[in-house]
Amino acid sequence: MHNPDRPFEVEVVERVEETPTIYTLHLRFTDPGIERSYRCQPGQFNMLYLYGVGEIPISIVSDPDSRGPVEHTIRSVGRVTRGMEMLRVGDRIGLRGPYGRGWPLQEAEGRDVVFVTGGLGCAPLVSLIRYVVERRERFGRIVILQGVKHSDDLIWRRQYERWQRLPDVQVLLASDVGGPNWPYSVGRVTVLFSQAAIDPDRSIVMLCGPEVMMKSSIERLLAIGVPPEVIWLSIERNMQCGIGHCGHCQLGPYFVCHDGPVFHYPALRPWLGVTGF
Amino acid sequence: MTTSPLFLPRDTLDAFLLALRDSGFERILGPMARDGAITMREIDTAADLPTGVGDRQHPGHYRLTETGHGRCFAWANGPQALKPLTFAPRETLWRCERDDDGRLAFRDAGLRHTPTAVIGVRACDLAALRIQERHFLGEPDPDPHYAARRDSLLLVAVHCSHPADTCFCASTGDGPKAESGFDIALSELDEGFVATAGTDRGQQILERLGLAPATMAQGEQADAEIEAAVRCQTRSLPGQNLKDALYARLEHPHWDDVGRRCLSCGNCTAVCPTCFCHAEQDEPVLDGGSSDHLRQWDSCFTAVHSYMGHFLVREETRLRYRQWLTHKLASWHEQYGRSGCVGCGRCIAWCPVGIDITAEVSALLGSGDAQS
Ligand SMILES: Cc1cc2nc3c(=O)[nH]c(=O)nc-3n(C[C@H](O)[C@H](O)[C@H](O)COP(=O)(O)OP(=O)(O)OC[C@H]3O[C@@H](n4cnc5c(N)ncnc54)[C@H](O)[C@@H]3O)c2cc1C
Ligand code: SF4
Ligand code: SF4
Ligand code: FES
Repeated sequence: MHNPDRPFEVEVVERVEETPTIYTLHLRFTDPGIERSYRCQPGQFNMLYLYGVGEIPISIVSDPDSRGPVEHTIRSVGRVTRGMEMLRVGDRIGLRGPYGRGWPLQEAEGRDVVFVTGGLGCAPLVSLIRYVVERRERFGRIVILQGVKHSDDLIWRRQYERWQRLPDVQVLLASDVGGPNWPYSVGRVTVLFSQAAIDPDRSIVMLCGPEVMMKSSIERLLAIGVPPEVIWLSIERNMQCGIGHCGHCQLGPYFVCHDGPVFHYPALRPWLGVTGF
Repeated sequence: MTTSPLFLPRDTLDAFLLALRDSGFERILGPMARDGAITMREIDTAADLPTGVGDRQHPGHYRLTETGHGRCFAWANGPQALKPLTFAPRETLWRCERDDDGRLAFRDAGLRHTPTAVIGVRACDLAALRIQERHFLGEPDPDPHYAARRDSLLLVAVHCSHPADTCFCASTGDGPKAESGFDIALSELDEGFVATAGTDRGQQILERLGLAPATMAQGEQADAEIEAAVRCQTRSLPGQNLKDALYARLEHPHWDDVGRRCLSCGNCTAVCPTCFCHAEQDEPVLDGGSSDHLRQWDSCFTAVHSYMGHFLVREETRLRYRQWLTHKLASWHEQYGRSGCVGCGRCIAWCPVGIDITAEVSALLGSGDAQS
């Protein structure tokens, strides 16, 4: 029986400093057979292992059709993520995955795609935005609503500005705290809904970020007539195993690691925002 | 399969143990009275069994007693029986070796375990074993560590004739009779045991002993003792599927009440035969060139269980107790098609403040609110 808990060795082939505390690692399996057979979907995650320190769940940001290295954008917050910040090209870590259910790419085809993100939980959604932008002809209009706490928190700002210039793409940004270099809105992401051009009959909506933000955004969406069935959201919970064994990621009846992290809103509706689940 | 009942006289117990060893089960675990509790330990002969030992259990209370008779299975389950044998409290999943150039090699931990026969397994623990098998061995990622431990075991059940005051397996449908999941099952009578086999290998072991069929009277006596064990259980849950009833009461004020009494110590999850939560951690090996990746039992009553860096999903004890109870009795149905409680009563006896799952459920549901 294969040991599903055991990682594979990967090598850091590139490291990008996004901000002083956020970095992107490009990882390649040292076993060419695994490198060839590895497949993933936007919204899925890997368990990354730092030698002697521990394992953590991190979303995959690379394009599923690129045969290149697996990319992860990581924010330093604690033991493992700070240790990984020290990694340099040529260093080795462990990786196992991909795990979980990603975004509903098929359901999105032919529809307007609305992205709502808040706080810093943006990595899983940014990979999806890139995926859609790269395959522009398969989708309708694109509406991106991004909220951040502080104007400095917006990583990939130039990328948002580039997206904004594309035809049929609306990018709306808001920051709780503005600043001299912040030409966009000030306030929560929900302040953006009045400016957003969302056609409730043609759209599919993908949300990612703090649960209170997602909950209030969903209320706005439902109020303008978006049906619950077209709403999808990505959830985070403590994860130790990633394969449905350790029990840490439970949310009501679900194991977020394999029933999620991307959930269909109707399935999550009874649990979203209930403190303690 | 269950074979027709044979009679195993009490003075052939040692021959039975020998037959187990001769069949390749080098290690035999059986109940022993040690440190004030019945626990599963390695036994050499039938003399190690707790003859004349009984127990008294109440909420927050467990004591051994003397029965004054010669039976050795006249007790209800102690704090642990099967779970630590299949789901180890702490074990290495893999080891990572790092060479001088920083290259990493991941090696599986050894999966060989001594073939072990366990005598005196109760029906509730067999039911819990089936649940944990579904959890750890189900697709898509069956766990080889659990599988190796499970495969090393031969299980000899003893139908329960002496439930404790805390037991309620009759109401969950998991006991006191062991219906399946055993290799051999015994009913203890004064003069010996009525034995049936549940598997081919169990049958082969019984055949080695050349036993006579049990008499009709012995069979009836065994059935009557199980019937009596059902009748003497006073606790119960108000139904085998409480999912809707509990989901409808997620904001019930009683969660505050029990949250004030609960110490959040995690004893209930440690003794519960179905709880599967564990944490993973890494531990450098003393050779300096490798690190072990371990898993060890964890509990939804700890703070770190729901740690998310900037916040805890379940900061308050009230929320942890609600997670525990609603996982056990509600969401378990969606995850595993049945309740996660097998009525063993351990969480009641081993709770330091005597919190009683059956009483908490009654308080939440109110009287006359039973579900099917
Ligand atoms: C499905 C999923 C996808 C994620 N994707 C990303 C990503 O793309 N980029 C990124 O920077 N972060 C991501 N996270 C969060 C990331 O896993 C945590 O920041 C990380 O576990 C913190 O580990 P640490 O040891 O540095 O922090 P510590 O605070 O030292 O945490 C100790 C342990 O607690 C657990 N833990 C702490 N915070 C979290 C958390 N937020 N989520 C889950 N477990 C946690 C982990 O087991 C961790 O090892 C994701 C989380 C999940 C569940
Ligand atoms: S919840 Fe309590 S009574 Fe039920 S199986 Fe677990 S320990 Fe036994
Ligand atoms: S979440 Fe709690 S009740 Fe459920 S298995 Fe884990 S420890 Fe047991
Ligand atoms: S992360 Fe272990 S069960 Fe989901």
